[in-house]
Amino acid sequence: MADFNANIPEGELTVKWTKLRSSMPLVNPANKRSIEIVVVGSGLAGASAAATLAEMGYKVKCFCFQDSPRRAHSIAAQGGINAAKNYQNDGDSVYRLFYDTIKGGDYRAREANVHRLAEVSANIIDQCVAQGVPLAREYGGLLDNRSFGGTQVQRTFYAAGQTGQQLLLGAYSALERQIGMGKVEMFTRHEMLEVVKIEGKARGIIARNLITGELERHFGHAVLLGTGGYGNVFYLSTNAMGSNVTAAWKAHKKGAFFGNPCFTQIHPTCIPVSGDHQSKLTLMSESLRNDGRIWVPKKKDDQRKATDIPEEERDYYLERRYPAFGNLVPRDVASRAAKERCDAGYGVGVSKLAVYLDFKANTERYGRIEASVHNIHNPDKETCMRLGRDVIKEKYGNLFDMYKQITGEDPYDLPMRIYPAVHYTMGGLWVDYNLMTTIPGLYALGEANFSDHGANRLGASALMQGLADGYFVIPYTIGSYISKELATKAIPLDHPAFVEAEASVKAILDKFISIKGTKSVDFFHKKLGKIMWEKCGMARNAKGLSEAIVEIQQLRKDFWSDLRVPGIAEEFNPELEKAGRVADFIELGELMCMDALNRNESCGGHFREEYQTEEGEALRDDENYAYVSAWEYKDDVKFELHKEELKFENIKIAQRSYK
Amino acid sequence: MSTGNMNLTLKIWRQKNNKAKGNLVDYKISEISPDMSFLEMFDVLNEQLINKGEEPVVFDHDCREGICGACSMYINGRPHGPKEGITTCQLHMRSFKDGDTIVVEPWRAKAFPVIKDLTVDRTAFDRIIAAGGFISVNTGNAQDANALPIPKFQADLSFEAAACIGCGACVATCKNASAMLFTSAKISQLALLPQGQPERYRRVQSMVAQMDAEGFGNCTNTGACEAECPKGISLENIARMNRDFYSAKFVSEEEV
Repeated sequence: MADFNANIPEGELTVKWTKLRSSMPLVNPANKRSIEIVVVGSGLAGASAAATLAEMGYKVKCFCFQDSPRRAHSIAAQGGINAAKNYQNDGDSVYRLFYDTIKGGDYRAREANVHRLAEVSANIIDQCVAQGVPLAREYGGLLDNRSFGGTQVQRTFYAAGQTGQQLLLGAYSALERQIGMGKVEMFTRHEMLEVVKIEGKARGIIARNLITGELERHFGHAVLLGTGGYGNVFYLSTNAMGSNVTAAWKAHKKGAFFGNPCFTQIHPTCIPVSGDHQSKLTLMSESLRNDGRIWVPKKKDDQRKATDIPEEERDYYLERRYPAFGNLVPRDVASRAAKERCDAGYGVGVSKLAVYLDFKANTERYGRIEASVHNIHNPDKETCMRLGRDVIKEKYGNLFDMYKQITGEDPYDLPMRIYPAVHYTMGGLWVDYNLMTTIPGLYALGEANFSDHGANRLGASALMQGLADGYFVIPYTIGSYISKELATKAIPLDHPAFVEAEASVKAILDKFISIKGTKSVDFFHKKLGKIMWEKCGMARNAKGLSEAIVEIQQLRKDFWSDLRVPGIAEEFNPELEKAGRVADFIELGELMCMDALNRNESCGGHFREEYQTEEGEALRDDENYAYVSAWEYKDDVKFELHKEELKFENIKIAQRSYK
Repeated sequence: MSTGNMNLTLKIWRQKNNKAKGNLVDYKISEISPDMSFLEMFDVLNEQLINKGEEPVVFDHDCREGICGACSMYINGRPHGPKEGITTCQLHMRSFKDGDTIVVEPWRAKAFPVIKDLTVDRTAFDRIIAAGGFISVNTGNAQDANALPIPKFQADLSFEAAACIGCGACVATCKNASAMLFTSAKISQLALLPQGQPERYRRVQSMVAQMDAEGFGNCTNTGACEAECPKGISLENIARMNRDFYSAKFVSEEEV
């Protein structure tokens, strides 16, 4: 078995990272120049790591499948990024951010990793502002904050509804600066299709040039994967069309354990599905829950227009069930509550699979404040609504426009209709404290690893983690590995391991082309998505999961015998790219169901119907399941489970309550 | 609502690779729902082509929510189609009528060579950013974020310029294929912030030089770029860039 030690530093929680950082072996500048590092992915994690490592003097090669590193899907993150700055003087601290994140993750994350994340969170904001990222400000010129789910302080920094875009463009500029200086070699429209292992260590990758179809060999003393999450296993998700698990999955099949694959996040506020043609789902930022109230009619199957339903006939079910946190409960709780109302017959809209997100009360409240500022005394309701609308527009204008564009309805007049959708995957490649996988020299960063969010991620924490890993963690932790690799010269690309890896990739690509079956890649992808959503989605049970495993195995057989990929492998062929990604999703889907079936408890986003409290809340089993599931790939799509026990020494583990 | 009843004729630019000669090819498509996005209509078309054993149309797209800047179709003579303030992926079929003929072409510019069908090479934009679209601050060099107050209106203006998604619609619509709106948006974002001042004049000179080297045309103040920009990037940015560019010759002692 591979080395499976979390390598958590000794000592008090609060000094682990500081001590490790100060005692980590260093690599001298002259040696760094001869060390080559391959970074796959150019999102927040990949771009920030590539830029920072190049600044430090390493020779970096960075790969992305998009036409530009600026298009990585981090760009689409809307709401914000958390940091324990306590600028609002509301009692925030590193400890509180740490505590909220562990509790939000339903006590299934590593204490040491999460504490480090909270420690470096403040540095991220400093770094981004220094880069010229235009975060939102107050009139006094200082940074503004807003609230996100699962917390009672305001620690979320933002740039309108485009925070991910602005942070990514910051990391992208840092990366482009290094590219301009020749310190990073950038490979756009390249997809990593294999990890090259030599004597047990990661030594490079095989990448396909997506335009010419050529396979390329690239050596690296270390390989970093910042390749994002695998939400597209559900076909419909808020991920980009190209988001995929392929890099992580190839690493998994080469020996990297996969951690908590069944922990997926279903985001409560997305625009509902409108028909079978739908190719993706669009998120409406969690920040809207700051100012929106969620409700359904008290009467079943109410046909009235939302605005015609009087106040007393509305059920603000989150405020009713969770008075302390109200509309700002964590995502898993909010999603399940929406599903519960819709399943019980209170859903709205044509499909009845939607609830209302209503801004009226807060629009009026903002309007009243504005009126006061403008010396309008005793304003009427109409004036308040008019003035309030401008405030709402400034805060969420782009989201409201997006909603209108997609649904054809104006959310300034009618409440939004929203429903949960797959958004983020907490699971990912298992990594130790240094972000190294079970393959020496292979690292996973950002959403691609499993490490910080436990069974549920809090809003505005993904951007924080991606940038923490890339800017502030890996640049230090990689030193402990590299310092032992200084004697390793660049390995020639005709080494048998490279030749063999390239041949195996070529064989798979040729296989896709040669099946010449009758069904397109999308046909199989949609089928897989349906199985996953129905049986491994927001609610799961043993029977459904067992059925899903059989169905997915059958689907895999059909895929490999009836797939049709047009064209050839030696050209720009997006269908071929999709085929490779869906093949990996099918295998991953089976593992996700196995993992969900193994975990006989409910925690965070993993809700097993058999395990719930009388009030329908998730019921954890800390005695038997306080561990990370780390799956090892065995030949022929078989997996073996290893367990990393989670120890809670600084937080008292308790039933999560937001009531 | 899964299928609709719109019937359309599509005239789509097909081009095997950057060496081949391309041409417009006609396709009939039916049962299109007004709730579909324009790209979902293309998904339906491609599925049909694959089932018939033909090659699907290659086009760039990724996030499908108007922010990544990948999608880039020139629809009925306008980048991103007939509506204002949106990208191709946000265009819905309800903006068209049953029986319409729709012409779809790639971005056309010397600096954006066609790769295949509707996909073009926009790496010139990355090279313009690499020439100076950044603040030179290594990781770890930053001071406390609130140590430098920035007036809200100034931060907001900078943000508006930073909203550019790098799609290239400005270049595609410009009769000169000029990249001035794109380049000036990044220059403005940084020129409007105190953090951007130390490199202000160096930046404008390097980025303009790279823009010219890539083969983009000049600006003749037609304003099509601003009108077609899905993010409403303002022409004022070009004015600001020009001011800085000329000022650099006088203000800056630095030769770039």
